[in-house]
Amino acid sequence: MAKKIYQNMIFQSILLMLLLIIAGLFIPNWLVFVVTKAIAYGLVGLGIITLMRGGLVSFGQGLVFGIGGYTAGLLGTQAGLTDAVLLLFISFIFTGFVGLIIAPLLARYRDIFFAMLSLAFSMVLYGVLIKIDAIGGSDGFVLPSSTFFGWTPSKEYADYSLYTVSIIMTGIVSVLLRYYYNSAPGLMSLAVRENELRVEYLGASSFNITVINFTIAAALGGMGGALNGIALGHIDPEFTYWTTSGEFVFISILAGYLSVPAVFFAALLLELVRSFSGRYFPDTWQLILGVFLILSIIYIPSGIGSFFKKIMDKLKETING
Amino acid sequence: MSDNDLILKAMGINKSFGAVVAANDINIDIKKGERVSLIGSNGAGKTTFMNMVTGYLKPDAGSIFFKGENITDLNPRTITQKGISRSFQIPQIFEPMTAWENLLIALGTSKSNYSYFRDARSPENSKYIDEILDRFSLNDFANRQVSELPGGVRKLLDIAMALVRKPEILLLDEPTSGVGTEEKYPLMDTIAKALASENLTVIFVEHDMDIVQNYSDRIIAFYQGSVIADGNSKQVLSDENVQEHVTGKTKLKAKS
Repeated sequence: MAKKIYQNMIFQSILLMLLLIIAGLFIPNWLVFVVTKAIAYGLVGLGIITLMRGGLVSFGQGLVFGIGGYTAGLLGTQAGLTDAVLLLFISFIFTGFVGLIIAPLLARYRDIFFAMLSLAFSMVLYGVLIKIDAIGGSDGFVLPSSTFFGWTPSKEYADYSLYTVSIIMTGIVSVLLRYYYNSAPGLMSLAVRENELRVEYLGASSFNITVINFTIAAALGGMGGALNGIALGHIDPEFTYWTTSGEFVFISILAGYLSVPAVFFAALLLELVRSFSGRYFPDTWQLILGVFLILSIIYIPSGIGSFFKKIMDKLKETING
Repeated sequence: MSDNDLILKAMGINKSFGAVVAANDINIDIKKGERVSLIGSNGAGKTTFMNMVTGYLKPDAGSIFFKGENITDLNPRTITQKGISRSFQIPQIFEPMTAWENLLIALGTSKSNYSYFRDARSPENSKYIDEILDRFSLNDFANRQVSELPGGVRKLLDIAMALVRKPEILLLDEPTSGVGTEEKYPLMDTIAKALASENLTVIFVEHDMDIVQNYSDRIIAFYQGSVIADGNSKQVLSDENVQEHVTGKTKLKAKS
């Protein structure tokens, strides 16, 4: 019985969330902020690995990142909605809905065509956003301070409160996503990646699976964008720019599609490299990231997720005796 | 033959690829439970017929009915969902996965399993997959990556995947092609044994006339897109046209 509980995914996730929330009390405030940003980026990366399982990579996740960010920002400034949990949830649902509308168009394409079309969508949005002065144009706008179920934390605890909320919400979506990955349609993504013809001859639709995966990726990206906007307290069209989308692809390739926690680890690595390089080697952080990416593609082509998977398999073996 | 016995009906099927006629006024009725083999030289139209039945190709003219329903314009996915499955000349399996996982994915496409939040590796599914593996003598290969498996085993897995959905018609495209001569009979024995317990109509394309005689109760011979003979092995293999265009006059004696 005890063994079963330890193996239970929900139990493991709650334990990990608790550990991270407690750890947040003991780490410096700047690191709390960096981890929150890494979670925001990791959520978008998680969306891309959902697509990668089906053999596709989106170069334009800045689109949904931006939509999520602007949704949270506009709800805050225009509707006076400042509750972080609600803003994250609404951005998740709304961007998922936008994804569901775009997905049937994208799902007709494969490989580089899919990637470039998604990039085109994000650049169209970027072009529109920089022209709309009412929402700040290229400068963007400032978001009001967040509240948490009616409570406004002091400045000292504002970052930690958002960190806690982001850990809990990310934990929930990660568990749901793991259930999806293990379900029949989730496994079908891996089959679509390998042989679409056979998938059709088994009676499943590779088109529908791609639509579902893109919708999930959009919802996750939207939540990530909202979280990033709330954490920064500012949103601008850079959220949708192609270099931002490139960072999400970087995270996904570094993480691989074998492990959910690996995506957040890769995102944290990106944030740390960015923070430290920016501080000690200004204007060279892209160079450092580039070298990092080259090494990871050569030496760990399946991503750091393959290490995570090995560790988990070993743990399971040990628990099973 | 009453209409109730009919499971598949092809009426006036024509199909051309440019100047090449792949199907010329094909009319075929197939009864429930029949084991039918399609014979003919390369390019005679056997695989084209199979591709039209499974929706991969659309006929230029004519109609195909499955249990009285016109399926001519349906896509492969819908036709599979209705109960017609197929295997391929070159096995279409998911290479980086194990044999067990391939069957799990095949099983996952059935309506009862298509749930977004239920673990596909349920005890019921695992049990059913183990049964299928057992029926096809694939137990020893269950946890091996399929890209490492020998040709005959890959063929069996391809057929097993088509069978997992419990179809009413199973089409096998050259089940023994690419398999060594000494492996052919054990392979066909395994397939026949695995299919024996199913109330299944089987249509298969085959070039080996010994296999055709031993494993089918009806033979349809194709030549240049037309059906030139249709009947039991004695009738078809003794037909002069078949001997001239398909088997070669002196090669085979019809089995009585």
